[in-house]
Amino acid sequence: MVPLSWYLVLSAILFCLGVFGFLLKRNIITIFMSIELMLNAVNLSFIAFANYWNAHAGQKLASGREIVGLSGHVFVFFVMVVAAAEAAVGLAIIIAVFRTRETLNVDRVNLLKL
Amino acid sequence: MTDNLQLWVIPLLPLVGAAINGFFGRRFKNSMVSTIALLFTAASFGLAARAVMMAWPHESGPHMTLPHIETLGTWIQAGSFSAPFGFYLDQLSMIMVLVVTGVGFLIHIYAVGYMSHEGGFYRFFAYLNLFMFFMLTLVLANNYLLMFVGWEGVGLASYLLIGFYFQKNSAADAGKKAFIVNRIGDFAFLIGMFLLIQHFGTLNYEGLFKTIADGHYAPEAGWGFLTITALCLMFGATGKSAQVPLYVWLPDAMEGPTPVSALIHAATMVTAGIYMIARSHAIFNLAPHALEIVAIIGCITAIFAATMGMAQTDIKRVLAYSTVSQLGYMFLACGAAAYSAAIFHLMTHAFFKALLFLGAGSVIHALSGEQDMRRMGGLRKVIPRTFWVMTIATIAIAGIPPFAGFFSKDQILGEVFASKTAGPIMWVVGVITAGITSFYMFRLWFMTFFGERRPDAELGDHHLMPAPVAASSHGSDDSHGQDDHGHDSHGTSGVHESPWIMIGPLVVLAILSFIGGWVGVPAFMGGHNEIEHFLAPVMDSGSAAGGENVPIVKVLEFATPPEPRPHNEEWMLAGTSVGAALFGLFFAWLLYYKSPGLPDKITSKIHGLYLVVLHKYYMDEGYGFLFVKPLLALSTIVFWKGIDQSVIDGLVNGAGTASQGIGNELRRMQSGNIRSYAAWVAFGGAAVVAYMIWLGVR
Repeated sequence: MVPLSWYLVLSAILFCLGVFGFLLKRNIITIFMSIELMLNAVNLSFIAFANYWNAHAGQKLASGREIVGLSGHVFVFFVMVVAAAEAAVGLAIIIAVFRTRETLNVDRVNLLKL
Repeated sequence: MTDNLQLWVIPLLPLVGAAINGFFGRRFKNSMVSTIALLFTAASFGLAARAVMMAWPHESGPHMTLPHIETLGTWIQAGSFSAPFGFYLDQLSMIMVLVVTGVGFLIHIYAVGYMSHEGGFYRFFAYLNLFMFFMLTLVLANNYLLMFVGWEGVGLASYLLIGFYFQKNSAADAGKKAFIVNRIGDFAFLIGMFLLIQHFGTLNYEGLFKTIADGHYAPEAGWGFLTITALCLMFGATGKSAQVPLYVWLPDAMEGPTPVSALIHAATMVTAGIYMIARSHAIFNLAPHALEIVAIIGCITAIFAATMGMAQTDIKRVLAYSTVSQLGYMFLACGAAAYSAAIFHLMTHAFFKALLFLGAGSVIHALSGEQDMRRMGGLRKVIPRTFWVMTIATIAIAGIPPFAGFFSKDQILGEVFASKTAGPIMWVVGVITAGITSFYMFRLWFMTFFGERRPDAELGDHHLMPAPVAASSHGSDDSHGQDDHGHDSHGTSGVHESPWIMIGPLVVLAILSFIGGWVGVPAFMGGHNEIEHFLAPVMDSGSAAGGENVPIVKVLEFATPPEPRPHNEEWMLAGTSVGAALFGLFFAWLLYYKSPGLPDKITSKIHGLYLVVLHKYYMDEGYGFLFVKPLLALSTIVFWKGIDQSVIDGLVNGAGTASQGIGNELRRMQSGNIRSYAAWVAFGGAAVVAYMIWLGVR
């Protein structure tokens, strides 16, 4: 059985890739993908934790509560649904921006900056 | 008979007049303004006369008990100390109220004529009424604190009226000088009041004097608490009453309009200090050293100011120095514990000095603003009415019987001679001063009214003299805009007698100057000296309260002469002072009428001394060098450039510069670059994670 820490390390690597992609890339599509990557890295850690808890389902914690599985999975579904909605809105914004500015470089899209 | 005299109305009426004229007078006609001002002053005079009549002590005993005290309510209450809005009527304040309202009313009438061509007519009368309000508060208050309100108020009114022609630099400066010099004395007065509060816990006359009279206090041999307090009060009085060393403001105060000089700087306000000392006589009687110092100061002031008056050529300045000198007499009388004599002289002086100033004003009016006596002369025939009233005033001030000045001055000199705190040496100085007084007053009289008319007299030989006040502004070329004053001032034809509205008050004052002294005809001349008997209950209240106590007997040693003096000695003293007066008259006649060239010869003989006197002993220069310049330097270098500019401004500007710099640095964080924000967020998140790891590892 693969230990929990391996999943978490992988999740951290993916998250860091997302962060650096967000910070370093100029193309707004790539930045958008980096955000998705970060979300999914978090999803991965959620799944890993949920699985970890499931392995111990039925046992009792020190506080006396019984461990139940599945709750972690539910959060992942929430995140995926919200990410899908965000992707729809975000891509629509990107298309609108591209139509007016004819560029995908975020450094050129700085009208909000004073 | 009602017991309530409504004393508070007496001061309030002029205040109402001042308020009406001050707030709305700009839109009124001159006649309306003068009607309001005169009406309220006259009403105040009438009420004062009624109050005095009702409270007048009779043979069969007074109608009401004196002192009569009316309290309206509490003004200040702090712990056990309280100061009421209270009014105090006794024989002393009766005289003061009558003098203030009476002379004040006459001068108001005169001012209607005198000021008729001046701008700011309503302003003038508003200030004048305001002055009346404060002066009446001063003399009617029943505690020192309320008196101090009046005291400061008359200072304010004096400042406003000296600087009445505020467009003239000299007038504005003179106003400031008067105010500041008075503040120095007021400071001492305040300290004296604090000492009284600290020691007695009250400032009410009644409580204060009763405590003192109860006999727990012996006259202080050394420099005790009461002496210090008395000296503080005295120093306050030197400011207001223009004594050495604080007299310097009064001659400059002549920049104000002449009725102001008459009312404030001769008849009433400057006597406030004398009144205050007479009111505080219970304290002074227990402080013989303080009395000695009062006498010395009065003596020095009297003779110094008199000598300065000899060399002045501005008619009003002569009278100003004469006022200082006469106030010195009153101080001397206070120092000799002869308070009744001081108040008597205060009263007669109010009459004849007001008359002299108003007469001088009439002369100035007639000559279209000329104030230099060397440009006058020969006015006797031209303005005869002014001439006659001035003659009466001059004889009165010179101390020639039976005019008013003689009796009061003689009483002062007699008391000084017999006093333990003054003594014969000061009597000699007083007699010499009387001679000098007579000399400079008759000099004024001869220079103004006799000899040739000399409107264009060459003043070059006195080029060291500061230019007379109005001489420059009213040249002889008729170019000035005052319509009535605009006719030719070269010949006698241009000189005009003043209107009756000005002469009327002069005549009344002349009658008072003539007969005013008869209330104090001394016993050796067959009189009863009514004024001294009248004032006796006030002045002897200290001894009346506890006659058996030993300390009080000691008080009496200082307070009153030990026994009646022999009549021939009195005759001798009176004769000497009259002789001195006649001597002064003779010299004035010799030098300024018989042989007018003689004064120049004499002054060139003793040129150095003459210059010193002409420059008023360089007192102003000395004060400037000793106090004003060091203070100015201290303020400029330390307080302005040192503390204000470097410390305070530095702090304020430093706070500004610091926040600017910090903001400039912090600005860099808000670059507007989204990715740098994200980097900061990532960095922050990493820091939080690192912190949690560190927590776990620890």
